[in-house]
Amino acid sequence: MTRYLARRSVHSAFALIGLIVAVFFLARLTGDPTNLFLPIDASLETRKEFAQKHGFDRPAIEQFWSFLEDVSRGDLGYSLRKQRPAMELVLEAYPTTLKLAGTTMVIAIALAVLIGALAAYRPGGLFDRISGVASLAGASAPDFWVAITGILIFSVMLGLLPTSGVGGLPYWIMPITVLVLRPFGLLVQVVRAAMLNALSSAYVKTARAKGVGERTVIFVHALRNACLSIVTVAGDLTVGLINGAVIVETVYGWPGVGKLMIDSVIQRDFPIVQAAIMVTATAIFLLNIAIDLIYVALDPRIRHQ
Amino acid sequence: MVQTPQVTAEQEAVAIRRGLPWWRLLLRDPLALMAALWLALLCVCVMVGPELFGKEATTLNLRARNLPPGSTEQGWLMILGSDALGRSMLARLIVATRNTISIALTSVLLAMIIGGFLGLIAGYIGRGVGNLIMRLSDIVQSFPSLLLAVVVLYMLEPRVGNLVIVLAITRIPSYLRVTRAEVLEIRERVFVDASRALGGSRTHILVRHIAPVVAPTLLTILTVDFAIVMLAESGLSFLGIGIQPPEITWGLMVAQGRNYLSQAWWLAFFPGLAIMFATLSANILSNWLRIVTDPVQRWRLEAPKVGNA
Repeated sequence: MTRYLARRSVHSAFALIGLIVAVFFLARLTGDPTNLFLPIDASLETRKEFAQKHGFDRPAIEQFWSFLEDVSRGDLGYSLRKQRPAMELVLEAYPTTLKLAGTTMVIAIALAVLIGALAAYRPGGLFDRISGVASLAGASAPDFWVAITGILIFSVMLGLLPTSGVGGLPYWIMPITVLVLRPFGLLVQVVRAAMLNALSSAYVKTARAKGVGERTVIFVHALRNACLSIVTVAGDLTVGLINGAVIVETVYGWPGVGKLMIDSVIQRDFPIVQAAIMVTATAIFLLNIAIDLIYVALDPRIRHQ
Repeated sequence: MVQTPQVTAEQEAVAIRRGLPWWRLLLRDPLALMAALWLALLCVCVMVGPELFGKEATTLNLRARNLPPGSTEQGWLMILGSDALGRSMLARLIVATRNTISIALTSVLLAMIIGGFLGLIAGYIGRGVGNLIMRLSDIVQSFPSLLLAVVVLYMLEPRVGNLVIVLAITRIPSYLRVTRAEVLEIRERVFVDASRALGGSRTHILVRHIAPVVAPTLLTILTVDFAIVMLAESGLSFLGIGIQPPEITWGLMVAQGRNYLSQAWWLAFFPGLAIMFATLSANILSNWLRIVTDPVQRWRLEAPKVGNA
């Protein structure tokens, strides 16, 4: 088990390091990084001064080592627009995104498990077909369009919900609903497939034969085994949720890391983009380890390896 | 052998239908048929749309500004309304089909070819090379695709070519993984051993025995990915870092329409609906393909429709 976890952590760490290296070299592959860091209208003197101050006139490998040193200290430079350390700005924005993503995932998983399990109980039945089309629609809907249409209907036409901003419960309803759609749609299909598989297995037959109630068979015996694939996909979807967060935060004006990144990209504030990538990559690294731990907890076959 | 007559009758019916060509199977599934027809219609728009409606999509008509949907007094092209410059919504939608569909399709095909090829190598050839490929794909996969695209498009110019490359890179891991997993399983099968025993070379086995078995699975992923990539491109264009005006895609049209939301809701609504229908069709078709290409499940489509399923 420790060996399994160690191997998986090394794989995740490899991805993290790969990303750090990729960010460094991508920034240099595209030519002089001063063009990336400074606004387009910066004067020649500013450019020269900037290059000297940040050591862009030194060999690339030397720059890479000092870059690594800075990263390990959490120093990713100053934001060009806001005159504050980039890392500080990113860490300030992160809690908002985490709250949004966490709530979304809890709702999506709970709903998907319930509906997917019920759909798998009678494959081909009415409930199965309706939930099948609904989950497909949820997975196919462009989130930005759903977000805008939601504003159109519930804010502009009906005046029920605020168009954007952060605040009490009414402010949460639309962003969460939009974010839930895709993970929910994809998860329902995964839960259904995993449950179909589990329900046709021998141990379910045994459970039924010894007279265990149907509800217990579905939600205890079968679901416990279907959990493994659900956890795997849910982990991937959580990573993918950052995609949705970028769009939802932009549309609804939430001061999360997604909005911060898009704003920084549009204003060409590279240190922030860089810091946001680093923090996101670290978060994903931790998430992967957490998923592996859950996996070990769920599956005795891995535990006893 | 004792069998109830009903079972034999059903088996016979399946046996007769076994030879059915794919299009007959498609006709038997109304939802999949509708999806296929819709995608076919989009293909026609891709091929001749800009030639037929290019003029109507760009000519300004100040008398027809901000017409709501359903107005036909300025011609039937205004059936879906018009924008602030009096350009026909329908014509613009049709013209934008080419960019939207072809960007998604090219990216997905590129990803499939590269991912499939790398997957074959990772699965069949070495552990060393295979591991390196897998770790690289881990890096790409462990990062949110939209962020990856945002970062790369920040450094490169948001041109169509760059957009296609970025979108393709984000989709390569899924093909790679599936191909590798399938190859690992197939290469242990008896027919591969037999071919090897008969002196078949590596390339021969990969091309003639393994690739044909993997191909249907990849095709199924292709249709799912087509939907995913279309959503990604639309999202990027919506955020303003994808396709740049004067080129148009549906995602960009939603972004442009967003500014007129309270005055002319149709400007953002219809392009989004077009995206939704296209991705939904692709997803439905891919579910159908998955059943058709799966020998274990194919009977569901071949069997005559019986009440007790």
